[in-house]
Order: sequence, then C-alpha cells, then structure tokens
Amino acid sequence: MTPQVDTQTNTMTSTMTGDTILKVEHLSMKFGGLMAINDFSFEARRGEITALIGPNGAGKTTVFNCITGFYKPTMGMVTLIQRDGVSHLLERLRDFEITKIAKVARTFQNIRLFSGLTVLENLLVAQHNALMKASGYTILGLLGLPAYKNASKAAIEKARYWLEKAELIDRADDPAGDLPYGAQRRLEIARAMCTGPELLCLDEPAAGLNPRESAALNTLLHSIRDEGVSILLIEHDMSVVMEISDHVVVLEYGQKISDGTPDEVKNDPKVIAAYLGVEDDEVEEVIAEELDGGAN
Amino acid sequence: MTNSPETGTPGLMAKAVKEGIFAGLLALGMFILFVGIETYQDISNALVWRTRWGLLAIFVAVAAIGRFLVVGFIKPHIDRRKLAKAKSGVLEISEEKGFFRQHFLKIALVGLVLYPVAAVMLAGTQGSLKYVDNFGIQILIYVMLAWGLNIVVGLAGLLDLGYVAFYAVGAYSYALLSEHFGLSFWILLPLAGILSAMWGIILGFPVLRLRGDYLAIVTLAFGEIIRLVLINWTDVTKGTFGISGIPKASVFGIWSFDVGAANNFTKAFGLPMSSAYYKIFLFYVILALCLLTAYVTIRLRRMPIGRAWEALREDEIACRSLGINTVTTKLTAFAIGAMFGGFAGSFFATRQGFVSPESFVFLESAVILAIVVLGGMGSLTGIAIAAVVMVGGTELLREMSFLKLVFGPDFTPELYRMLLFGLAMIIVMLFKPRGFVGSREPTAFLKERKAIAGSFTKEGHG
Repeated sequence: MTPQVDTQTNTMTSTMTGDTILKVEHLSMKFGGLMAINDFSFEARRGEITALIGPNGAGKTTVFNCITGFYKPTMGMVTLIQRDGVSHLLERLRDFEITKIAKVARTFQNIRLFSGLTVLENLLVAQHNALMKASGYTILGLLGLPAYKNASKAAIEKARYWLEKAELIDRADDPAGDLPYGAQRRLEIARAMCTGPELLCLDEPAAGLNPRESAALNTLLHSIRDEGVSILLIEHDMSVVMEISDHVVVLEYGQKISDGTPDEVKNDPKVIAAYLGVEDDEVEEVIAEELDGGAN
Repeated sequence: MTNSPETGTPGLMAKAVKEGIFAGLLALGMFILFVGIETYQDISNALVWRTRWGLLAIFVAVAAIGRFLVVGFIKPHIDRRKLAKAKSGVLEISEEKGFFRQHFLKIALVGLVLYPVAAVMLAGTQGSLKYVDNFGIQILIYVMLAWGLNIVVGLAGLLDLGYVAFYAVGAYSYALLSEHFGLSFWILLPLAGILSAMWGIILGFPVLRLRGDYLAIVTLAFGEIIRLVLINWTDVTKGTFGISGIPKASVFGIWSFDVGAANNFTKAFGLPMSSAYYKIFLFYVILALCLLTAYVTIRLRRMPIGRAWEALREDEIACRSLGINTVTTKLTAFAIGAMFGGFAGSFFATRQGFVSPESFVFLESAVILAIVVLGGMGSLTGIAIAAVVMVGGTELLREMSFLKLVFGPDFTPELYRMLLFGLAMIIVMLFKPRGFVGSREPTAFLKERKAIAGSFTKEGHG
C-alpha cells in the first residue's frame, strides 16, 4: 500500500543521487520540551559502512529509532532507495513494514533474542514473511503441501549459511539464552540478516565485547558489506569505528557536527572538542570556526 | 555430614527435639484461635464460645512429633540411602528413559480408546455411565479447553482470564441455532467454532496494546460481559433459566440417539435401551476433538505463525524488528484459541442438553488457566496430565464417602475441592515451578532435538 504513496519523490531522488541508499533530511525529534534531534540531515551510500558516532546522550539511538520506525519523527523525511530504484518514505511506514517492505533490519543495544527458542529457531522466525507466503498464510502448510516443505528446507539452509558465517553452527540446537555474550551479538546480526535486508542498522554492536570477539565482529561486518548490504552503525568504540567504517557522521546535542571519511572526522577540531573538551582560551577559536562553518 | 547418622548421635537427637518443640510452639500459635476456641450458638441463639484444648493438643502433638520424627529419623534414613547409592556408583538420573516414558503418548492413546470398552466390561452397561461421563468426558472437555487456552497463554504468552467466554459463545451458538433453525450438531460444531473465533478477534482488537496485568483485567471483564449479557438478554437466552432440550448429537445423521426416532442407535443394533451408548459415543466425539486440537497445535507450532507466537511470547519488540506483524499474530492466536473453546462449548451443550450462564462463571476460566499453568505452559502432555489430576481429582472427591467416617457425617468432600486445588497448585509450584512439563520442544533442529529447559523460556508479558 505504501510504496505507491511515494512514487513522486522516487523518481526525483533516485535520479539525483544514484548511489545513496538512505537519505535523512531535516530530521527533528521532540520529547515534550526536549529537542533530542534538531534538523539533522545525512546520507548513507550503498555498499558502505556508515558509522554514526557522538558522545553519550547525543541522540544517536533516537536517530536509529526514527529510521527503523520505533519512533515517529516530529519533523523531517527519511527516504530509503532500494536497489531496483523503488524508494520508501520510512517515517510513513509502520515499524514492522520497514523491515518487511523497505528491507531495513536492525539490532538492539541491549540484545533482544528469543532466549527460549533455539539459535536455529531464532533465524527461522526472522524468515517469517517469506515462510508465511510459502505456507499460503498457514492454510496450505497445514495441509502438508510440498511447496511449504521445500520452502522450510530452504529457510533452514539460509539459516545454516548465516550460522556458518557467524560461527554459531555448533550451537544451532541450543537455546539462544544459553550462548555467551559475544555469540549472542553475532546471532542477533545473523538473525537480522535472515530477513534479507538491503540496509542493516546496528546499535552498538561492539559494546561489551572483548578484543577477540570484536575482531570476529569486524570480519562478520566486512563479509556482510561484501555481499552488497549497506550497514549503518552506532558505535562508541573508536577503534572499531575507525577500522571498519567508510563514512562517519558525528552527532552532538542532536545536531550534526561533522561528516566525512574516518580520517577527516578524526582531525576535525569540533569532533575533538566534543569528545575531549577544549581549553578555555580555545573556546573562542572553536566558536569562530563553527561560525565560519555555518557561513560556508 | 561430619557425625555419621548411623549411630544416631546425641547431637542429632538434640537437634530433633529442639526442632520438634519449635514446630509444636509454632502449631500452638497458629491453631490456638482456630482450633482451640470455637464459637457456637446456644439455645437462645446467642453466640458463645467454648474451648477445645484436647483437639488443640492433638494438632500441636502431631506437629511436634512429626517434626521430631522427620529430623531425627526419616531424613537421616533418606540421606543414608542416598549415600549408599552414591557409593555403589549407580546414577540416579539415567539418560535412557524407561519403556513407559518413551512410549507414553502411544500408551495413553490406546488406553483412552479402550477406556469406554473397559468401563462397560468392568462396571456393566449402566455402571459404565459414571466412568465414561463423569470422568472420561468431563476430563476430556477440560483437556480440550486447556489446550485451546494453551495457544493463547502458553504459546503466544497473552494472559487471558476470560477464556470461558468463548466456551459460552460456543455452547449458546449451538443451543440457540439448533433451537431456532433445527440444524444438526455436525453443522453447528464448525459454525460454533467460527463464531467463537470471531468473538476472539473482537476481544483481540481492543486489547492489542495491553500487556500483562492490564490485559488480564480486560479479558476478565470480557468474560464477565458475555456472562452478564447471557443473564440479562432474556428474550434470546432466557436468562438464568437457561436453554433446555438441546438436541442430541447423532452419528453423522445416520443413527440418532433420540428415544422415539426410527433410526435409533440402540434399536438399529438391537441393544438394550440405555443412555450409556450415547455417552460412549460422546466420549469418542470429544476424544476426536481433543486429538484435532492437539494435531492442529503441533502442526501450527512448526508453521511460521506458531513460531511467531512463541517469538511474541519471548520478545515482542524483537518480533516487530524482524518484520512480523504483531497485530495479526496476536489476533490469530486469540481467534484459534477461541475457536477450540467454541468447539468444546458446543460439545458441552449437546452433552448436557441444557445450558445456563451458571456454567460459565469466572471460576471456570480460573480452573482452565490453572490447568495450563500446572501442566507447564506450552506442553500438551503436561496440560493433559494436569487436567486429569485436577478434574479427575475433584470428581474423585465425590466418591470419597469413606471420609465421612473419619471427619464425621457433616463432612462433604466436594466442598473442599477448591482448597485442595489451591494446595495442589502450591505444592506443584514449589517443586516444579514451570509445571509438570517445564521444558520446551524445539520446532526445528539441525543435528539433534534437545529439549529446552524452562529457565530459558519466558512467560510472556501479557
């Protein structure tokens, strides 16, 4: 129903920016009197890992929740352009439709697995919509037709593929709640990938991981990117961000303060000021620079 | 244990005496007002009181001596046995299940199919009535209701306290439609299921956003609304008088159980007149309905919709992040759960031949929910066992007339059924907090199917 709504914007945006997958324009989110995000715009390009960073409370997770439909933004437009050129206005879709129709999958900062289901079942639940169609919305499947049997076999194979990628194949039949923390993070990413997304949104995927698990995560993310899936991630761990991301957006107090390659961002005085604070005599310098930036 | 229990060391005895005295004091404190003092009305109707020290002494003595024996003798004995077993190297828990446990389901099914035959052979045609009807059919109705509710509570994790409403919708659908349109049981059975499912969806819509306690309260209110409508809409439902003379089910229209009918079952087979045959027929009907419920539940669990229900119970937000429409998922759970309630309801109506709002009080919902929780949410086997224990247990209490010899002629064991119900629940929950069968069978596996311990599964948020 919704894809038709935004055909107008489609043709316009897709011709202008061919390689953009996600376009956030003038996004604002207000909680009562608090302006959590204020006129925030950025673009994520297809096939890249885009990182959204910023100090605590900068509004990163709020941006995420606006993109994935868990919040409805107060103002602004979030456009997702799919590979075939069809674009969707995400703020008009309901949360589950963003995954189902627009093909954006997400993970959570505090892992949300189905802990009482096995690892394999977690990945099968993620293929709900495809299996639902194959089972004729349950009715044909209930009759035991071969079409559903084949589809469910294919679903298990897809799950097996991602289990191997996430190095979880040995624990496939164990309850998800029984896995160690790092494995749970990888499982959550594998589960999101089983929905067949074009854009994968990860909310602090490296939080709480030890260096070895962190390295395994980087490999997994790179292999996902190499399959042509774009990644948008929030991260605190600078080493992870600088190592894996192609493009970094910095957020502070709900506003964008920097946008560019990891190297550009790393040397941006505003970013340094936001993260490390500045000496009193440097404040004026920074303000002046910021005014310049505003003028440009 | 440092001091060996075999010798019965003075330390152990002193401890036993001490604990015995303590238990005695505790019992004294607890029972002094309840048992030690009794109020009664004297000849002039005034309320006076008298003491029952003798009885109180018995209570205290039982507690004290009982505790003394447990601490001093029974527990050391059990410990000794355990020690001996551990020394001999025999594992207490073995991987290999016994023959009975391995083939439990097959044995249970064969037992159920042969049950009416056995009842007739052992108790005679007329005598089998009690066993087939009071025990067999009654228990199976509750098994079916509990399996239906299991879809909503056990799988989808939506706490429904008004399930009896769907049972009522099914029963009244059959009663009213057969009365006004003369339709047969076999046409109305699916129709009653569909109507109940529709009411399930009607209930589902307003409660979609509610969780936990709030959901429970609204479903409770829904159950009461249905009952109050049945009481007050006297033009249609005849209110508290109920609807009587509900037609009996026939054997698919071929043979009838109506006494005057030309194709009467007993006449056709030249059997002596007895209502037992009808009851035996009904037993097989409800058994078939139960098996249908179990089959559909098992199949649905392996379908995407069943997995989505269980995922919903585990984490609703994660479900939505995976593109699952939680609205339709919840509504289908309500509808399918309600449908089985409707089947059971129309069966109930044809079995009783009479329905009134009395049969659909909140207590029924509570009993059904108790069976689901006791059995282990989500487990069909556990729930069936719980239904046998709970419903069979209460029916059994009616038979316990010998208890009158113990507690005096005024004692009516049926009146204590709720007390025992509660006690049984507390005991089961203490020892098996996840119900009789707390583990969960996975719906798919790569290498081996391992049961999932209850500690991993969640009860749902509402």
